[in-house]
Order: sequence, then C-alpha cells, then structure tokens
Amino acid sequence: MNPNSVEVLLVEDNINDAELTIRELKKHNLANNLFHVKDGEEALDFIFCTGQFAGTRTMQNAPRVILLDIQMPKVNGIEVLEKIKSDDRTRALPVVILTSSKEDPDIKKCYDLGANSYIVKPVNFERFAAAIQNLGYYWLLLNQRPI
Amino acid sequence: MRIILLTIGVVLLVSSITFFAYEFYSFRKTAKENLSTIAKIISANSTAALAFDNEGDAKEILAALKAEPHIIAAGLYDRNGRLFASYPSGLGLNALPARSGSEGYRFVDSHLEGFQPVAAEKRPLGTLYLRSDLGAMYERFRVYGILVALVAILSFLSAWLLSKFLQKSISTPILALAETAKVISGQKDYSVRAVKAGNDELGLLTDAFNYMLAQIQEQNRALYNFTQDLEQRVRRRTAQWEVANKELEAFSYSVSHDLRAPLRGVIGFVTILEDDYGSKLDDEAKRITGIIKNNALKMGQLIDDLLTFSRMGRQEIERTNIPMAVIVDEVMQQVAPADKDPNIRWVVDEIPDIKGDINAVRQVWVNLISNAVKYSANKETPQIEIGSFGRDGEIVFFVKDNGVGFDEKYLNKLFKVFQRLHSADEFEGTGVGLAIVEKIVSKHGGKVWAEGSKNQGASFYFSLPDERPEFSKQDTLNR
Repeated sequence: MNPNSVEVLLVEDNINDAELTIRELKKHNLANNLFHVKDGEEALDFIFCTGQFAGTRTMQNAPRVILLDIQMPKVNGIEVLEKIKSDDRTRALPVVILTSSKEDPDIKKCYDLGANSYIVKPVNFERFAAAIQNLGYYWLLLNQRPI
Repeated sequence: MRIILLTIGVVLLVSSITFFAYEFYSFRKTAKENLSTIAKIISANSTAALAFDNEGDAKEILAALKAEPHIIAAGLYDRNGRLFASYPSGLGLNALPARSGSEGYRFVDSHLEGFQPVAAEKRPLGTLYLRSDLGAMYERFRVYGILVALVAILSFLSAWLLSKFLQKSISTPILALAETAKVISGQKDYSVRAVKAGNDELGLLTDAFNYMLAQIQEQNRALYNFTQDLEQRVRRRTAQWEVANKELEAFSYSVSHDLRAPLRGVIGFVTILEDDYGSKLDDEAKRITGIIKNNALKMGQLIDDLLTFSRMGRQEIERTNIPMAVIVDEVMQQVAPADKDPNIRWVVDEIPDIKGDINAVRQVWVNLISNAVKYSANKETPQIEIGSFGRDGEIVFFVKDNGVGFDEKYLNKLFKVFQRLHSADEFEGTGVGLAIVEKIVSKHGGKVWAEGSKNQGASFYFSLPDERPEFSKQDTLNR
C-alpha cells in the first residue's frame, strides 16, 4: 500500500487484536487504507517519516486517525502519544487510545497529554465489534480533519 | 536569717516590757509602804509635841528624817489643819501644802507624797505630810534600760553570727537544691545532679533528690526509645504497606489487561468461526463453540467482578451527600427496565439521603437490587420491597424479595467472596457481588446482614451511620 494514502494507522502489538480490529473495519469497508505497525518505535518512524519510512512518505499526507494501543514492547503508547502531541507538525492528528483495561491508571494521563479518545476494548466480541465499527465511522466519515 | 532575727527581737521586747512593768509596779508598792512606815513612826513620836503645842520638839522629831535622804520635805499640821512645823528647817512655807489633806499617798510628778493623821488614844491631834523623791527609782530604771539595750545588742549579734554559720550548713545546700530543681524544670534536662554538701540529713535529701532525677531520666530514656521504636515501626510498616499496595495495584492492572486480551481473542475468533463458517459446522460443533464462548464470557465477568472487589478494598471513600431515593430509582431502571421486566411489583418506601461515596453506594444498590431481580425471576409475580428505618444513630436500608431465598444454615457464607448458594445453571453469577457489598458497607462504618429461608424470599439489610443533624432524624420512618 502507498504509505502516503494511509487513512488509519493501527499501532497494535497483539496480532489477534489487530486481526479482529482490521477484520471488523474491513467488514464495513473502512480498512481500505489501513496500515498496521506492531510497536511504538515503528509507529514513530511512520508518523515522523524516519527509519524505514524515510523518503517513502511525507508528513503532509497524515492519516485521518491513529488507533494506539498502550501496552507495547520497546516504545509504549504513552510515549508515542507524548511525541505526537508535543510536535507542532503532528499535534492536530487525532489519536484514539485503545486499551484492554478500564483499571488503567493511564486514562487521566492520556487525556492530559491530549488523547482525543480513550476506548476500552470489550472482551465480549459483539461489543468489541460495535466499538470498532463506531470508531471507524466516526473518525473516517463523520469527523472533519483540521486541514 | 531575717526570721531568726525577728524572733529574737520580739522575744527580747516582750521580756523587757514584762520585766520593766513588774519592776515599776513593785518599786512603787515598796516606796509607798516605806513612806507609810516612816510616816507612822514619825506621827507616833510627834503626838506629845502636838498635844503640848511644842514647836521645838516637833522640829527635832522631823529633823530625824535626815537619816532618810530620799525624804525631801515634811510638815506637821495641827488639829485645825494649819502648818505647825516643817522639814528641812529652812524650807519656805510655799513649798508645803498650806493646809493638811486627807489620809493617803499619791504620786505627783517625780515625787511620792501623802498625809498621815497623828492621834493619841483615838483623839486626833493633827496631820503629818511627807514627800519622797523618786529619783533613785528612775536612776535604777535608767541602768536597767542600758543593760537591756546591751543584752539586746549582744543577742542580736550572736544570733546573726549563729545564723550565718547555720546558713552555711543548712540554707546553702537547700538553696542549691532549689536552684538545681529550677534549672531542671526550666531546661527539662534531667541529667543535671545536685551537689552533695555533707552526710547529714540534708545530704540524705540531696541523695534522694538525685535518685529521683536518675529515675526520671531513666524513664524518659525508656519512653523516648519506645517512641522512637514505635515511630520506626510505623514508618517501616507504612512503607511495606505502600509497596504492597502498589504491587497489588500493578497486579490488578496486569490481571485486567493481560487476562482480558486472550479472552477477547478466544471470544472474537469463536464468533468469527460461527459467523463466517457457520454453514460448515454441524449442530454439535455449533453447541461446542457456544460453550467455549459462554465460558470465556463468564471468565471475563469474573475478572471484572474481582477487579471491582479489589478496587473497593483499596479505594479511599469520598464522602458526599448521596440522594438515595434518586440513586435507587436509577438503579431500578438500569437493572430491571420496566419494558423488560414488567411483572415485578416494586414497593419503594421513603429512603433518606446519607453521606458516603456515591459510586460505591450505588454499587451496593446495584448488587442488592439485581440479586433481588435475579432470585425472584422464577416467581409468577415477583415482589421487591425497598425501604429504610432508623435505629441507634444509624439508618438501616433493606431490599426484600419473595424469590427462592436461601438455606439459613449457609448464612455465614453469604457475604464471602466466591461463595454461592445456587448452582450456575440455576442462577448465573460469580459469587462476588455480596462480598463487594460487605466491603463497601464496612468501609463506610456500617454492617450488612440477611434474613431468609428456602423458597420464602430473602431480605438484605445494610446500615450506614446517620450523620444528619438531630432534628432531621425524626423524619426517618420507623418500621
């Protein structure tokens, strides 16, 4: 896929969760321009066009939404969020936190850092599917981008 | 020192005054008696001279008074009271009373004077006048005065010297003791010791004082050590507790995060299997995938309940005013919406507001009311009664149902975590709900209990401290 036409960036280390998410979005035709990275480091390379993405994409072609897991090896979701929201070039990018736990002590921290949404992935698949579907519709179709 | 000198002064003064008064009185008495005796002798001798009107004899008789140098004047008066003869012979007539007076002696100025009748065989012949000089007496008193003054000066001097000496051996150690006591109470320094001056009674007192100080110091040290030890223990325990609490929080977080993710995978992919490959599965395979999904869902619920239970134990309660009636109404709508459970007969009494953690107390109502709904669902007309009553400074809230009830002999297991009195296929549940209720209520300083018997319904009560002002407590309904 052309990394310059990415609309949804999914940052998720759990391949099962990633598969379920992509599958659900695909079902509703929302995953055509979805790009999946498996950890925070890769996510930052993608967003800031560094590492493997240096020269292959430009900052101007930013995704419409970033779905960001918190618990990840190497660079975790909080650090990724912090980098995105503290850089003028990426501050306006919508970031949706996707996490497994509502016990998360990070909820407040994420909002303080400027997260646009905080979603707890339900265990129940019906509810999980509904959440992902709503998410896709909202950020890809309803929400107006800043540019 | 001052007291000693004052005492001596008073003693001296009192004894001198007594001495003087006694001397004065006895001297005057003696003087009177002496004068009276002389007068009697002279008057006895001068009867003849008066009877025969012999002035020469009379003068001679009076001249005998020379032997008594303190008699400075004398006079003989005839029967008619006229002066007849005088002594000493050269004395002018003016120096003596012009006429005789009545019998008796008087002190006049520094003199003693008086008249003595002269009689022979009861026949009055005239009167004798005598005047005595008291100069001698006053001379004696002057000498006494000087003596007393000398004695007083000597006494004071010796008293002063004595007390100076005594002060060294008594007052100085006592004053030193008092000074030490002052320093100790002022600086709270119990390591100070009084200096012992000798082995007398004061030395013993100093020893006792120092011993007492040593004991106080020892006790203080013990107390200080004990406090230090206690503080250290509290600090250590607090630190341990904080670490344990942090670990527990981290553990809860991992449990909720790491146990949920695989479950989501199981449920998600089983659902995909059912949805996308349903046509290739026979009925038995469909039944089995259903079982897998249900078990995974149940496990998800169990994780959620456990986390709630653990969170309730750890969380600090935030006390605010809770509009109980509103909460109960909301919970009823949430747990058993009227369109879903139209058969339930609700009997809701007056429910007063209370102070507590609103989210926690809401959880209590959710668990109790959903239990009531669940366990009375098999009834044709389930009835759920919600109300309250006041008693002994607390408010008791209750939820009663007419459902399956429980066997009373398992009452003690009711509020324990994972304890269930019904099997999972009879009534779904994880066995955590009432344990959560118990935890929340006891954190609020209240109690939970239940009444019930098999197939006779169940009543669940919880009490919360009534912190409303006295006057509004009367509003509380009594059962």
